[in-house]
Amino acid sequence: MDKFSIIRSRTVVLPASNIDTDQIIPARFLTTTTREGLGKQLFADWRYAPDGTPKADFVLNQPAARDCQVLVAGHNLGCGSSREHAPWALLDYGIRAVISTEIADIFRNNSLKNGLLPIVVDAATSAWLIAHPGSEVEIDLSSTTLTLPSGTRVKFPIDPFARYCLLNGIDELGFLLSQHERIAAYEARHPDN
Amino acid sequence: MPKTMFQKVWEQHEVAPETADTPAVLFIDLHLIHEVTTPQAFDVLRERGLSVRRTDLTLATMDHSTPTRTEQVFGGVPISTSAAGRQVQQLQRNCAAAGIELLDMHNDLRGIVHIIGPELGLTRPGRTIVCGDSHTSTHGAFGALAFGIGTTEVGHVFATQCILQRKPKTFAINVNQKLRAGVTAKDLVLAIIGQIGVEGGTGHVLEYRGEGIRALNMDERMTVCNMSIEAGARAGMIAPDETTFSYLADRPRSPSGAAWERAVERWRALPTDAGASFDREHTLDAAAVEPMISYGTHPGMVIPVSGTVPDRHGDPVFDKALHYMGFSAGQSLREQKVNVVFIGSCTNGRLADLRAAAQLLRGHKIAGGVRMLVVPGSQQVKAAAEAEGLHQIFLDAGAEWRESGCSMCIGMNGDTVARGEYSVSTSNRNFEGRQGAGARTLLASPLTAAASAIRGRVTDPRELM
Repeated sequence: MDKFSIIRSRTVVLPASNIDTDQIIPARFLTTTTREGLGKQLFADWRYAPDGTPKADFVLNQPAARDCQVLVAGHNLGCGSSREHAPWALLDYGIRAVISTEIADIFRNNSLKNGLLPIVVDAATSAWLIAHPGSEVEIDLSSTTLTLPSGTRVKFPIDPFARYCLLNGIDELGFLLSQHERIAAYEARHPDN
Repeated sequence: MPKTMFQKVWEQHEVAPETADTPAVLFIDLHLIHEVTTPQAFDVLRERGLSVRRTDLTLATMDHSTPTRTEQVFGGVPISTSAAGRQVQQLQRNCAAAGIELLDMHNDLRGIVHIIGPELGLTRPGRTIVCGDSHTSTHGAFGALAFGIGTTEVGHVFATQCILQRKPKTFAINVNQKLRAGVTAKDLVLAIIGQIGVEGGTGHVLEYRGEGIRALNMDERMTVCNMSIEAGARAGMIAPDETTFSYLADRPRSPSGAAWERAVERWRALPTDAGASFDREHTLDAAAVEPMISYGTHPGMVIPVSGTVPDRHGDPVFDKALHYMGFSAGQSLREQKVNVVFIGSCTNGRLADLRAAAQLLRGHKIAGGVRMLVVPGSQQVKAAAEAEGLHQIFLDAGAEWRESGCSMCIGMNGDTVARGEYSVSTSNRNFEGRQGAGARTLLASPLTAAASAIRGRVTDPRELM
């Protein structure tokens, strides 16, 4: 995995709360056996009319959304299905960080494991970001700060282990494999499991 | 120091406890896999030259994208979509190469992953169970710690039989009194989600407790735990008791003889100690729960069947949901016309669910213009239902009787609801497009679904009982 560096990008805003992973990528696209190329199906049912033409009024289809790497969404982003296709689709589209007041557990885990940064902010910061789409923000993982256009710096929480892995481009499987002896000892102690 | 059941199971599985810098390394006793969330994990194993560490603790089935039409499952008619067919073939190849037992298309034990674990006796109290599927919370009905994981974590479990986890918080759901006649476990869990919210359980493991829970049979307990994820919870658990032990006794892969005795002794020590505290608690009265139905686009948007759609004037997200559903604030759903009725899924595809629906449908025809699909949760459920003649009741009523699978809950296999149509469904998610692009899902119990099929309109089942 690439080392995570600073993101400087304009934001794209989807203000809805409870955006579930079925919206991020509908189930009919889960018959894939790879993780590539899912970006074109990101938010498919919100983005395209039934005949496949892009809906002009959907934010990701507007010129201002082009090259945005930061998605701001309403409360409880990523609830529902555990499909890792959701962060894969966001990353393939070009999103590298998502911001909400709450991010569902499995989606947050899946995002961290793929280098998509899940950022939880307070209600006031979220409300400001939702009210100001297209704002230029900076996200610095090493200092765990989100900087708003005003210069205001907002600290965000992130698991220190996930942060270490992302900053150093290490994947978590390597750490687990290094635990081999402890795992073997556990198995020997628990033959009945 | 008194401990919760969750704490006990967690501590028994710590290969390494969590520290400020690192999450806990947690050993996994059972890894269930299926065709949709594993191909990319097997690819990673191959790329890194790794093998599956514990094939004996791994079991594969195919359920999400598999057909439910008998002629497609057994008659050689090809799977509707070629991508789904490729996914199934890839699972077959991957399991053969890795040495993982696969309950393949024609296997009598095949079924939805969360139905077969319990019925085989692999889901047991005190176990840690994961699967690349969010409804893994189902298995918590046995006092297991069971939760859904992503595909990267599936790869972690393949390679190490462990995952990295931060310890969640605990949340007691106290259910006083018992459900009344015509009110089911599905109604109970929909009421709970309506009360605590779809994000109410985020970061927590729920423990359902109290008289209303102890009175439930295992099929009903699984329905409750299944939908823990719809409240955002990491997992949901119910303490094992005699009901649990009698369900597990003599299951094909349950321990037997002296091993069974030892296991039951261990399981009896699992329930939460008196005086243990939870991070949060919520209490409700089961006797006050009515048959419930969803009216919006997430499982927290629920009302009693006899109720009316609430008004949240000025909330654009709420209004958007009502617009999608074609409903308006203040409306009653009771006379809402129904196009499709679906009985099945890991939420309500077990024998008790089919019996409940059949009991109401016996001697009735479904209303003209309604399409009804009954999809057993597993081939074993199907066989048991047929042995009791339930399939004949469904067929005589005009419903379709299918082979097992996730089917119309997720709509990956071609079993879908058409754009704009209303589906009364015993499944778990009423998200936009969940049952097909533009489909409108009304979540309900098997009783409410069957009653609504008979009338062709949303119906309180107690009117027909």
